[in-house]
Amino acid sequence: MERRALPGRLVWKLGDVVATREETARATSITLAVPNWSGHRAGQHVDVRLTAEDGYQVERSYSIASPPAEAPRLTLTVERLGDGEVSPYLVDELRVGDKLELRGPIGGYFVWEASVGGPLLLVAGGSGIVPLMAMIRQRAAVGSTVPTRLLYSSRTYDEIIYREELEQLVTSRSTGLEVIHTLTRAQPMGWTGYDRRIDGEMLREVAWPISERPLSFICGPTPFVETAAASLVTLGYELARIKTERFGPTGESAVSGASGASGGE
Amino acid sequence: MGQGFVSRGFHGRRQQSALTDRIPPGQYLERGFPVLSAGPTPHTPLAAWDFTVEGVVNQPKRWTWEEFRALPHEEITVDIHCVTKWSKLDTRWEGVSIDTLLQQIAPTSEARYVVAFSDGGYTTNLPLDEVRGGQAWVVYAYEGQPLAPEHGGPARLLVPHLYFWKSAKWVRGLQLVEEDEPGFWESLGYNNHGDPWKEERYQGD
Amino acid sequence: METKLDGNAAGGVLREIFPFEMTDAQVTCVGCGATNAIGALGAYMHGMGTVLRCPSCDYVLMRMAHANGQYWLDMRGVRVLQIREETVQAQ
Repeated sequence: MERRALPGRLVWKLGDVVATREETARATSITLAVPNWSGHRAGQHVDVRLTAEDGYQVERSYSIASPPAEAPRLTLTVERLGDGEVSPYLVDELRVGDKLELRGPIGGYFVWEASVGGPLLLVAGGSGIVPLMAMIRQRAAVGSTVPTRLLYSSRTYDEIIYREELEQLVTSRSTGLEVIHTLTRAQPMGWTGYDRRIDGEMLREVAWPISERPLSFICGPTPFVETAAASLVTLGYELARIKTERFGPTGESAVSGASGASGGE
Repeated sequence: MGQGFVSRGFHGRRQQSALTDRIPPGQYLERGFPVLSAGPTPHTPLAAWDFTVEGVVNQPKRWTWEEFRALPHEEITVDIHCVTKWSKLDTRWEGVSIDTLLQQIAPTSEARYVVAFSDGGYTTNLPLDEVRGGQAWVVYAYEGQPLAPEHGGPARLLVPHLYFWKSAKWVRGLQLVEEDEPGFWESLGYNNHGDPWKEERYQGD
Repeated sequence: METKLDGNAAGGVLREIFPFEMTDAQVTCVGCGATNAIGALGAYMHGMGTVLRCPSCDYVLMRMAHANGQYWLDMRGVRVLQIREETVQAQ
């Protein structure tokens, strides 16, 4: 077993960018090789720190998209926010061969592994899919059959992050994963799915019966998370079995300092 | 680790400026208007809002929103400086000078400090002498519009010569006191005074 | 709009001070008595510091700042803190 130099301390490390992949027009996945990476749990995040030549620093948090099974590599998926200070750099400037300073993994609350069980209700708004995808990928990697439903809200069909991978997981694995999309801004011809922002009625149709004691993870912009959580509470879901990860208001820029996970800016 | 590391190609969003004599040390010019809050935005209805000046005063006073808006007011244009290093120049506000309020309540000779208190429990402390003589206001409009809730509306304190955490959002009153009482951030490592030109950011500065 | 996050966003800051993961520790609110994981608290985080509030009553449970080589931590809003053995020992 590897011994860390400073047991218990979370230190800043330099990861090498080994691959980038454009997921959608706004979102890019960045795969990193981080020395002495101790692995992670699905749902955890890292803090990323950028430093300019004059010493100016900005920190943001990003959820880990890759499953623990892919350690020692880890992948972040970042959505470019228009007036963001960090996301445009990560999506448009960072390239293979660059280094990225980060610390982690962080988080012991918004995490899932197969032993935790389910049934699972995953509710994602936009880039809120990232930590939930780590859970879905880990579930597939270990061959778990925990019944899982993902309700995923995106603006348009082309903006669905991981769309094809989710399709493949649903159709080819037949392991109890269902994916329900809602497209809030525009829908392709012939779309028969939901076409509006999530609401109580939609959640009522998608949610597991409360008698099954489902476990819910909700992630996305703050207003999205609050609507979804309130609706689940109204449906009778146990508060202690609803876990939320807010990203902050969409498109709003926060001042330098760690702020939110995955797509905080 | 990280002391020497520079992120290739990263510059941040800061603006370069030639106005270096208006920007205190360690600050940069900010285009936007960042929102920093320590808690949820209060939404006190104007019918329930009041402003109180109390403590070691001869005549404590309370104004309703209508009464407060009827007070003599002025438009001021000032530079503001946040301890998190952003500065904005020539920000335009409208409100009531603290001098106007103090005239009505006659502080006693024991009054040496002020504690500003806000909806939601936030407090900040200031020497009484630094809120009189045209140095501080209670403002309710920014850039010609009613002050937005996330920026402290309906009214906030404005004390531009000190770091902006002293310009308490959602202010509901001033308490005049004999002994200084460190407020929310002053009791958590921030400088008790907060002069941006002396970089009084933290305790010990 | 204020940027309200969840306590798990404060995981990194907490990890600077505590040598183990704090977001699954349970805290009881002095204001209303509700007990929640730190990860479930309302988190207000910006360049000045971190404020963690009760999700039921908004009472300030914890506030943290990092200034001039000192960490400042006010936990007056926490009546009691519960941490599992395996969290403390997992290093």
